[in-house]
Amino acid sequence: MNSKQKDGWLLDMSDLFQDYSEAAGRTGAYDEMFAPGQQARDSYGQVAEALRKLSLADVSARADSMARTFLDRGVTFDYAGEERPFPLDIVPRVIPAAEWDVLERGVAQRVRALEAFLNDVYDKMTVVSDGVIPRQLVTTSAHFHRQVHGFEPAGGVRVHISGIDVVRDAAGTFRVLEDNVRVPSGVSYVLENRRAMAKGLPEAFGQQLIRPVEEYPRRLLSALRKTAPAGVDDPTVVVLTPGVFNSAYFEHTLLAGLMGVELVEGRDLICRGNRVYMRTTAGEQRVDVIYKRIDDDFLDPLQFRSDSMLGCPGLVNAARAGGVTIANAVGNGVADDKLVYSYVPDLIRYYLSEEPIIANVDTYRLEEKEAREYTLDNLAELVVKPVDGSGGKGLVIGPDASRDELDALRQRIIADPRGWIAQPVLQLSTVPTLGGDKFGPRHVDLRPFAVNDGDDVWVLPGGLTRVALKEGSLIVNSSQGGGSKDTWVLADSPQMPVETVPRQSVTVRERVSVWPVESNWRDRQSEQQ
Amino acid sequence: MLSRIAESLFWIGRYVERADGTARILDVHLERLNHLPMEERKSVAQELLAVMGAKPQSEDFGLPELLHALAYDKTSATSIAGSLGAARENARRARETVSSGLWESLNTTYYGLSQHRKDVVGTYRFCNWTLERTAMVSGLADTTVSHDESWLFLVLGRSLERADMTARMLSTRDVLSAGMSWVNMLRCAGAYESFLRTRRAAFGDQHAAEFLLLDRLFPRSIVYALRDADECLAKLDPSAQRVGFINDARRIVGQARTFLEFHRTDDLMSELPEHMERVQKAVSQASDAISRKYFNQADELAWVGEVS
Repeated sequence: MNSKQKDGWLLDMSDLFQDYSEAAGRTGAYDEMFAPGQQARDSYGQVAEALRKLSLADVSARADSMARTFLDRGVTFDYAGEERPFPLDIVPRVIPAAEWDVLERGVAQRVRALEAFLNDVYDKMTVVSDGVIPRQLVTTSAHFHRQVHGFEPAGGVRVHISGIDVVRDAAGTFRVLEDNVRVPSGVSYVLENRRAMAKGLPEAFGQQLIRPVEEYPRRLLSALRKTAPAGVDDPTVVVLTPGVFNSAYFEHTLLAGLMGVELVEGRDLICRGNRVYMRTTAGEQRVDVIYKRIDDDFLDPLQFRSDSMLGCPGLVNAARAGGVTIANAVGNGVADDKLVYSYVPDLIRYYLSEEPIIANVDTYRLEEKEAREYTLDNLAELVVKPVDGSGGKGLVIGPDASRDELDALRQRIIADPRGWIAQPVLQLSTVPTLGGDKFGPRHVDLRPFAVNDGDDVWVLPGGLTRVALKEGSLIVNSSQGGGSKDTWVLADSPQMPVETVPRQSVTVRERVSVWPVESNWRDRQSEQQ
Repeated sequence: MLSRIAESLFWIGRYVERADGTARILDVHLERLNHLPMEERKSVAQELLAVMGAKPQSEDFGLPELLHALAYDKTSATSIAGSLGAARENARRARETVSSGLWESLNTTYYGLSQHRKDVVGTYRFCNWTLERTAMVSGLADTTVSHDESWLFLVLGRSLERADMTARMLSTRDVLSAGMSWVNMLRCAGAYESFLRTRRAAFGDQHAAEFLLLDRLFPRSIVYALRDADECLAKLDPSAQRVGFINDARRIVGQARTFLEFHRTDDLMSELPEHMERVQKAVSQASDAISRKYFNQADELAWVGEVS
């Protein structure tokens, strides 16, 4: 390569990252890829090296090709009635082994605490009688379902699948932003993103060990089977979807496909004698475990909304009688209520006698008079969220809101202080993201997924990194213009074997011979020739 | 029909299926290769090439050379480009017998061969493109050619090559044991979802190998492909004998198929290398026998020079 070309090369690189450090400085956030001075962090070394060799034309060709693959594969989400490919950015989010170790333990700890909390809340409520949280907190939660009070679900697990959203603050410390223990979605994008990245940026994979994510469906299936009702030898698992119009329908089909189980809708199921059956061409077949991907409210018209056509009447009774395992259990919403969230560190200390490994984001409980007054006085500097919302719905970011919006919010808080919490505006950490013709810092969060089989909480090494594609925006939800990044968890060098079987042991295998000694047609053939 | 035409059709079937199988293997293993450290890539690339039945040209055989050898080398019948070129050449010689749809799709494929970037990312797209084109070619062969003798030869070639390719897919297990190799084996054959649906929770090497080797319903399994070949052979030579077979090809294919189908084992994995070797050998012997029986009459009628 002559020097001229080489100059062009460097020029391209500086083009792509031109003004990056300046833009990153403006946000005041922690940048995942570059330390101050635009020095790539160690964990990003190989990614930076791979990107350095690409020109703008390469990068955009690859980004286009990845988007096309997503569209071809149907990796879409529903946006205002239209199927759109979920935007995947070409720069991955890399988490070094040591940081992941903390996250992994922290997430597992939180899941164990929430599991214990839910068992307690639907039983004796010792957490209330011991004065850790006020009774009102539980009983006023919109997702506290008395219909499932007083029984332990078959299999003994309530939080089979969870997604704990974490963010990094300006100092680079991970904090939990919210817990999702009802129907956490997004894991399909983790699986698909990795496939797309392996083909979109192959250069960056080489010399480092990136922990694989493809075992998730198998882990999930084995956890679901393990928590089947007692006495079932070979449990039948199904995924229950609200149907093709649901925005996460793609994920439902992918998970059912990768687990090799049926994807059912409510009308495919029938409850009789506290057992659940599905209608098949071979008659009715017993269903033992239901991976529920619909909201509790729509699950069982006998118990919840009687106008629901999505569920199946009798499911809750079947679960109560121990005839079927529903994952996640009905009524989990009380644990991811955002006001309960503010008590989770206390819950961890109470149930596990441990200190929380990952801290919460500071949260103002608006029912408390002082906090409310402070919040109302400083609305313009805070983020205010509804306690039972998801997908960024109803959230108001003070600095970005207009005067009218703030006034309206003020009225709503005064009318229903239980319905809201306030948090300081966090400058979520940033990762370079392709926007137009160069990379710019964009804010990201992270949702690690955990699978609980009753004995052990397994955290998928990776997770969904969502990114706000608009410059400066802090809202990462896909329904509001967010995209995603592949999340790479680096393995702790040789101790963490990605290669499970040493190669030699496979290649040098004893020869076994079972075929008949070459039969005589061969000899005759050679005679003929 | 003319022997020459029959031979062309037989080889169209084989080459198209070979391109398809090679593209599948390359697509999946390239992804694995990219995750390996540099030092290992070379040896793995060489082993992969060996599984595909070729030898590296030089000592310095790495990823770019592997791509050339398996995808773009037009002079080698092992590569995708070479196979598709050969298939097109065969179709050109039998142009009056194959349907225009089949000929055109092969011809278009041939002209599309050079329109791809030959780096790793481009190769992924090339593999995908190959799969689309070969699916189109076999679809057109099935729907626009009468299912007479000529079609039987085409399907015979396709089935034999499919058995061979699946055997090679199973052999790649040893080459790339990094990570979940059985998932890759199944992905190669496009069998992952089918496998998961039939096996419920029974995952693992053994089950995956069993599926690709012995499943009676999955079209790319070896037993299925050999049965297809056997049926074609039976239709091509319907002379029913009371005892035995004079048709070598049927004997070879039938023996291999029945041995596998009725074989009972507790340790499939350690027998796998032998199965694979024998299947590949049976395919090549059957192919020879078919040539001798149907295509090779020119030898017998060799024109001898004037004797003065």
